[in-house]
Amino acid sequence: MNEVGINAAPNATTSPAPSSPAAEPVVVFDDVSVGFERKPVLENISFQVRPGEMRILLGPAGVGKSVLLKLTNGLIRPDSGRIFVFGKEISAMREEDLFELRGDIGTVFQEGALFDSLTVRDNVGYRLMEEHLPEEEVTARATEALRFVELEQTLNKFPSELSGGMRRRVAIARAIVTNPKLVLYDSPTGGLDPITSTTIIELVMKQRDVSHTSSIVVTHRIQDAFVLAMHHFNPTTKQMELLPPHQIDPNTSFLMLHQGRLVFDGTTKELVHSDDPFIEEYIS
Amino acid sequence: MALDTIDAAAKRGVLAVQEYALLSARALSDIFRRPFYRDDIYMQADIIGVGSLPIVILTGFFLGGVLALQSASTLQQFGAAAFTGQLVSFSMIKEIGPVVTALMVSGRNASGMASELGSMIVTEQIDAMRALGTDPLKKLVMPRIVATVVMLFFLVIISDAVGIAGGGFVSVFMLGQDSSQYFHTCYQSLQYPDILQGLVKPIFFGFIIATIGCFYGMKTRGGTQGVGRSTTQAVVWSSILIIATDFMISRTMIGIFGR
Repeated sequence: MNEVGINAAPNATTSPAPSSPAAEPVVVFDDVSVGFERKPVLENISFQVRPGEMRILLGPAGVGKSVLLKLTNGLIRPDSGRIFVFGKEISAMREEDLFELRGDIGTVFQEGALFDSLTVRDNVGYRLMEEHLPEEEVTARATEALRFVELEQTLNKFPSELSGGMRRRVAIARAIVTNPKLVLYDSPTGGLDPITSTTIIELVMKQRDVSHTSSIVVTHRIQDAFVLAMHHFNPTTKQMELLPPHQIDPNTSFLMLHQGRLVFDGTTKELVHSDDPFIEEYIS
Repeated sequence: MALDTIDAAAKRGVLAVQEYALLSARALSDIFRRPFYRDDIYMQADIIGVGSLPIVILTGFFLGGVLALQSASTLQQFGAAAFTGQLVSFSMIKEIGPVVTALMVSGRNASGMASELGSMIVTEQIDAMRALGTDPLKKLVMPRIVATVVMLFFLVIISDAVGIAGGGFVSVFMLGQDSSQYFHTCYQSLQYPDILQGLVKPIFFGFIIATIGCFYGMKTRGGTQGVGRSTTQAVVWSSILIIATDFMISRTMIGIFGR
């Protein structure tokens, strides 16, 4: 891990990096705290996600990473603090208004959370069907999203007929079918074998480098985090490629949670050079 | 220590009633707000109504039959066996038809709703639905309430008719009574308040079955064990509430109409 490059790679992606410090943040957490049954889970969390940026959220199991993601799309309300998404304060919005806002947020749940009574086509095209788009358009766009995850042949299958990795890929297709501006990945590789994990990480990278979508990736697998930071997706070869030596992806940065608090918010370089004992132990 | 436990249990109880009232009120208000999930209502009506038809017909028929058997043997002692039809129709239409049909539908569908929604909760499908911009109360709860209320109304009518027919079968073929006398006494003594009482009850019972089933489903916690617990609680509480509500409606109707 100590061999991680220290310079951001400006030409790492095929088109200019869309994020810039001046752009309005897509997500802002401002001193957010939340707890359940009088027990604090997250305390005084503040961070931002800029357009096109990927924030990788690290931390041990049970530290509140999934809670943070659910706070981001309004599935859970904070006890204190403010959360802004696309400039709107979602912590003060009514549930009915949140349903509309969530149209621009794609979420990949920990176990996929596919609707088991619907086919893959209906799962991926669910949001489009809710918008009453013509059946042909739903099929075409669901097929297109499934092609992105290389699963277009599973259109008429049920989730129970798919493997764990395939279900996770269908969940990614469902999250991106409407071209959301923000994608939230909740442990997309959790419980998968190394080869399938690499496939999923490649898809996450593809979404970052081809569509330039802002994202928060929750993971406790440090190897996945560094693969995302040190590789880019080449649309020509349709494969992820290692960045040149001493280069890292400029749009990928890290957050780390420990005991309900944000103990790190910075770049890959800052992470690997951190002298915090917990961080050193975590990434070693 | 004991006081703390009682205090916590009381708070849990009050919270559950509050959550139930909120869920019911929101789901009811969703009937008047777009989008209106018509297809989901039809699908639920098919599952709840058409799916429950065999058990409702079977239980209705045998209940009518057993009512005829029991009442005929008692009435015979007073030389009033000719009034068997009247007793069967009164009992079926005012009490047994609505209550037993509701209990049968509750056993079949409140449990089904609780387990289906509970499974969706523990596998994060409800969260996924919310994340995809759909209100689960509107998409899942409202159609079940509408479908149960409408279908139970018709199921009770069918149960009443089949029960009277069952009573007629027993009276004519087993007790040797005259068929025209049986059916004549069946409807002759019925008045509109009796019919009204029999038709008002399923509306309340249907609402109880669907809201209790959905409530316990939506508040499921604790994996597959939690789903099982929710299913049991849904059937137990909907059954208790059906019988308690039956008493209250009967008392109110008797108070208003005097019968």
